[in-house]
Amino acid sequence: MARAVSTRRMAVATAAAWIIALIIFFPILYTVITSLKTETEAIKGFNLIPSFTLESYVSVQTQSGYLKPFMNSVIIAVGSTILALFVAIPAAWSMAFSPTKRTKDILMWMLSTKMMPAVAVLVPIYLIFRDFGLLDTRIGLTVMLTLINLPIVVWMLYTYFREIPGEILEAARMDGASLFDEIVHVLTPMAVPGIASTLLLNIILAWNESFWTIRLTTTNAAPLTAFIASFSSPQGLFWAKLSAASTLAIAPILIMGWFSQKQLVRGLTFGAVK
Amino acid sequence: MGKIILKKVNKSFGATQVIPGIDLTIEDGEFVVFVGPSGCGKSTLLRLIAGLEDTTSGTIEIDGKDVTSAAPAKRGLAMVFQSYALYPHMTVRKNIAFPLKMAKASPEVIEKKVTEAARVLNLTNYLERRPGQLSGGQRQRVAIGRAIVREPSAFLFDEPLSNLDAALRGTMRLEISELHHQLKTTMIYVTHDQVEAMTMADKIVVLNAGNIEQVGSPLDLYNKPDNLFVAGFIGSPRMNFVKGESAKPWNAPTVGIRPEHIRLSKDAGTWKGVVGVAEHLGSDTFLHVNVEGVGMLTVRADGDFPVTHGDIVHLTPDDGRIHRFDESDKAIR
Repeated sequence: MARAVSTRRMAVATAAAWIIALIIFFPILYTVITSLKTETEAIKGFNLIPSFTLESYVSVQTQSGYLKPFMNSVIIAVGSTILALFVAIPAAWSMAFSPTKRTKDILMWMLSTKMMPAVAVLVPIYLIFRDFGLLDTRIGLTVMLTLINLPIVVWMLYTYFREIPGEILEAARMDGASLFDEIVHVLTPMAVPGIASTLLLNIILAWNESFWTIRLTTTNAAPLTAFIASFSSPQGLFWAKLSAASTLAIAPILIMGWFSQKQLVRGLTFGAVK
Repeated sequence: MGKIILKKVNKSFGATQVIPGIDLTIEDGEFVVFVGPSGCGKSTLLRLIAGLEDTTSGTIEIDGKDVTSAAPAKRGLAMVFQSYALYPHMTVRKNIAFPLKMAKASPEVIEKKVTEAARVLNLTNYLERRPGQLSGGQRQRVAIGRAIVREPSAFLFDEPLSNLDAALRGTMRLEISELHHQLKTTMIYVTHDQVEAMTMADKIVVLNAGNIEQVGSPLDLYNKPDNLFVAGFIGSPRMNFVKGESAKPWNAPTVGIRPEHIRLSKDAGTWKGVVGVAEHLGSDTFLHVNVEGVGMLTVRADGDFPVTHGDIVHLTPDDGRIHRFDESDKAIR
């Protein structure tokens, strides 16, 4: 009868998984539902059935302009990710294949910068940005997000590279490859799955980053995070419009995440089991 | 050309000395095998020659040029690794062409050399496959192909057959020997398998704890081992050692007798013993005989020698083939 028990268990576990997934997903779902309501409906209270109006989407686009912050988000997220990969690939190579006594310490130190509350360095960074004329510029924000996410990118790539047999790189060296050839022709193509999942994760992190993007921008370089925030002021709260803006902001990254989930899960669990 | 000279080559990892200082000359065109037990430093020595490890002190010369601090690619050597170390994202064609591409050879030259290497190694039908779609033997042939196209002054092999099954190992052994006859290029081959060493080498270098125990032709090492270590390492099954009282008739503290140099009889002989395990290989039978006062001896008998566990047999060592060793385990000649 073991089979019957396991079937029942499976049913319970599946139901539990669906319930938990729904609870986690509910805020996003409710945001989408609210975005399809009129402002009067939205303010009334909890209601799962909207009137399916698109007026909030229309007014978000006509009054505030979605395209510019969307393009800013794309440029900043993709730009900072590519820049981070350029720095992180050689860094992770040296840590994985030519480690020194202090490599582990350096990795820990890099990660420790992520443990610091961002607000602790807000004033110095704001002043640096101001003095260098980087406030409200895409370049400034791209550099900022590159630096913020660099430790995670290096860590992820380091974990991937460690799985690549060193003998293959030695073979390339024997075959006459220079360090540059070794990284470009051998290491990088072999690490494509790892680099791809690092790239995806970093784009998501950069896309969703709101602390610095809101504080270092006003209008020109403001990405979607700042775009959403702008709906909470100054005329008071407009729930339906705020929800429509949020939906528009998360939709691209949600769609990208959906199509690349296999790659992402592999990236996040890589090296956990051999 | 491919004459390699090592002068006082020393390698330490931190405080651990792996190679204490080796002098060795490898002549052009020779097939030299480094053999020894795991951890004896044979692979490290090969990597020092390749340039994949830096020497702590001493010099390495290739064709009269000091290459001690030259990069691996500048030494004109090619290496075949135990794990094949093929580029998994490239086809067989691109794998073999890689060293030529790095040397910036023209597409015509690359095409010609790759086609030729593929023909020699029977890989013509697999050129568009990736390493993952090949068998172990085919992968090893691709690795050899990648080495051949460089036209190196010497080939370095680091236990290239250890990942293959026994049957394929035999075939590949022959193929590599055949290749050496064709190319007549210096080859240095590292293995822990003394059968590979005996069958392939012009010259064997026996290593133990980073030291060279003996250098010589396979038959030299078999017939005239310098010491107990070489005597025990070369030959399969390994040499029997008899110590103390039983060795006295030969005026030595220890004598060595190879299993094939003991005559076996059911009726009479020097020693009497009881058969323990009998390993029937068909062509031969290896008997493990417990001889009172001497210990366990291995004897090679004919394949059809009628004997089973518990039988009494008589053993007579061949006096002319006895190896004698002194207190410091050196051969007495």
